[in-house]
Amino acid sequence: MTQCDPVLSVRNLCKRIDGREIVKDIQFDVFPGEIFGFLGPNGAGKTTTIRMLVGLIRPTAGSVHIAGHNLQKDFLKAIRQVGCIVENPEMYSFLTGRENLEHFARMAGDIPPSRIDEVIRLVELENRIDDKVKTYSLGMRQRLGIAQALLGRPKLLILDEPTNGLDPAGIRELRDFIRTLARDEGIGVFISSHILHEVQLMCDRVAIISQGQLLRTDRVDRLIDGDALVVEWRMEPPARGAELLKTLPYVTHVERRDHRILSQLPEERIGETVRTLVDAGILVTGIHRRGKTLEDIFLQLTEGDPIA
Amino acid sequence: MRNFMGLIYNELLKVIRKRRILVIFLILLVLIPVFTYAQYRNLKTTTEQMGTSDWRAHLQQQIIDAQNRLASNRVPEEWKEFMRLRIQVQQYYLDHDINPTAPGAPTFVRKFIEESISLFLPLLVVVVASDIVSSEYSQGTIKLLLSRPVRRWKILLSKYAALLLAISLILLITGILAYLVSGVVFGYGGWNMPVLTGFQMKGEHLITDYVHLIPQWKYILMALGLAWFTCTAVATLSFMVSVLVRSTAASMGIMLAALIAGSLLVQLAPTWTSIKYLAFTNLQLTNYLSGAPILIEGMSLPFSLTVLSLWSAAGLIIAFTAFIRRDVLA
Repeated sequence: MTQCDPVLSVRNLCKRIDGREIVKDIQFDVFPGEIFGFLGPNGAGKTTTIRMLVGLIRPTAGSVHIAGHNLQKDFLKAIRQVGCIVENPEMYSFLTGRENLEHFARMAGDIPPSRIDEVIRLVELENRIDDKVKTYSLGMRQRLGIAQALLGRPKLLILDEPTNGLDPAGIRELRDFIRTLARDEGIGVFISSHILHEVQLMCDRVAIISQGQLLRTDRVDRLIDGDALVVEWRMEPPARGAELLKTLPYVTHVERRDHRILSQLPEERIGETVRTLVDAGILVTGIHRRGKTLEDIFLQLTEGDPIA
Repeated sequence: MRNFMGLIYNELLKVIRKRRILVIFLILLVLIPVFTYAQYRNLKTTTEQMGTSDWRAHLQQQIIDAQNRLASNRVPEEWKEFMRLRIQVQQYYLDHDINPTAPGAPTFVRKFIEESISLFLPLLVVVVASDIVSSEYSQGTIKLLLSRPVRRWKILLSKYAALLLAISLILLITGILAYLVSGVVFGYGGWNMPVLTGFQMKGEHLITDYVHLIPQWKYILMALGLAWFTCTAVATLSFMVSVLVRSTAASMGIMLAALIAGSLLVQLAPTWTSIKYLAFTNLQLTNYLSGAPILIEGMSLPFSLTVLSLWSAAGLIIAFTAFIRRDVLA
């Protein structure tokens, strides 16, 4: 297989449950060595999509190919290439960490005991691996989950909300770990998240999903580098200020977020805008220019769908 | 195949490490001494009522009475054969110095199986069987289990195999514990004691034509085999409920209600003969061995075995179809 063949290829994926379309016609590719973010608010269809990727839910229509194998038609061959954590890293809490790993190794069939020790070292659980999982912290469970996912040397790693419940240090550790995995072992990583900041820091490419539909798929840097500059205003009274901004022809986008107002406009017209505002009797208390973040893009695309 | 043994090992490991089976052993360890003591008390009261502690004299008298009746012409011929067998048994007691009211641990084991086959043993089975699939759902581990490179039917089959092994273990332990504990009070002898079996029901009448004597160890093996069959049927239906209902508490509740309803129906409505087609009215298989009166007309050992097998087969088909086809939603 050449380097540019996708390790995960999703085409026209649909899922209808009780007449409701949960996932509508989704398609994307994930390539080896790439970290792919799957971004959307809670209830957008992220989890349903992920469950279809690992064979827990049967798609109503469409196809999933993993490393060239069709998941529906050639389940065993396809799923063998996948390591996953779906939602929380739930393991058998009455077994020890090692017993859990051995349990899943037996399911894969051909995993030597040395591989178990290897993944334990990889996630740095050597000291606690023979303790029962119920005594583990959430971070340790997360690491055990990743150890389990890596057991069969997968080509594709699927992680659902991997940073849930981790402290900032843990999140950072996980981020570095996943980056290393993708870079050194060429694993394609598919990460779902509703935390935009996370995805921005970790991922190479992002797909944004809302209400079951993919809104956009692109490289993170390309999404962020877009055309216009974002200017963040603070002004009194904010409502009237926002109204006024909207009337200006060169301001392309205005939106209120709490007491801030975000707008997009060409850099050279900031001065002119301030004058207009002041002339209208609006008190400008702060102007802050910054690059676009994923959050901006996300809110633009979803037009103010609430992000949990 | 090696892979499949690994799967069964996995499931057995989970059953054992979950401590449910340990709880069952503790229950047995507490209840068997209680039953033994109850039996012992019962025995003491009977001896007191007989007015004499000399059971040999009592038995001798019974044999003489029976022989006198045999000699008379008024007794129908088919009864005579049965009475001769009875006399044989009583003579055996006398010859081998066995008190028939307190005849040792093997007899306790036999009685214990006969009494527990319709409710007590099935309850123990339900405790293990009802969570074997549903717990994977309630713990959330089902998502990992079903996203591994193993076919779903194989996973479910390995669970079923593990369940049957666990049940066999429970039955074995029940037998061994009952023998060891009751032996302390009643003594460990009596394996070769003859026991009457081969009774048949025809309409209202007990047919004794085929009644014969077998040694007690043989009878116990047969009773254990029937108990195993009953427990397997209960386990299979429990297994189905465990697949369909994703909460352990609910699946256990459903099974308990069904079991108790089954044994109540037999007591309450023996004239309502359609209930013989239900699974849980057919659990008392050892009744066919011991010649205890069959309350519902038309029931026999082959009938009950067939009914239980059909229910089990239907249960398995439903369990496998549901498990293989169902989406794993939140």
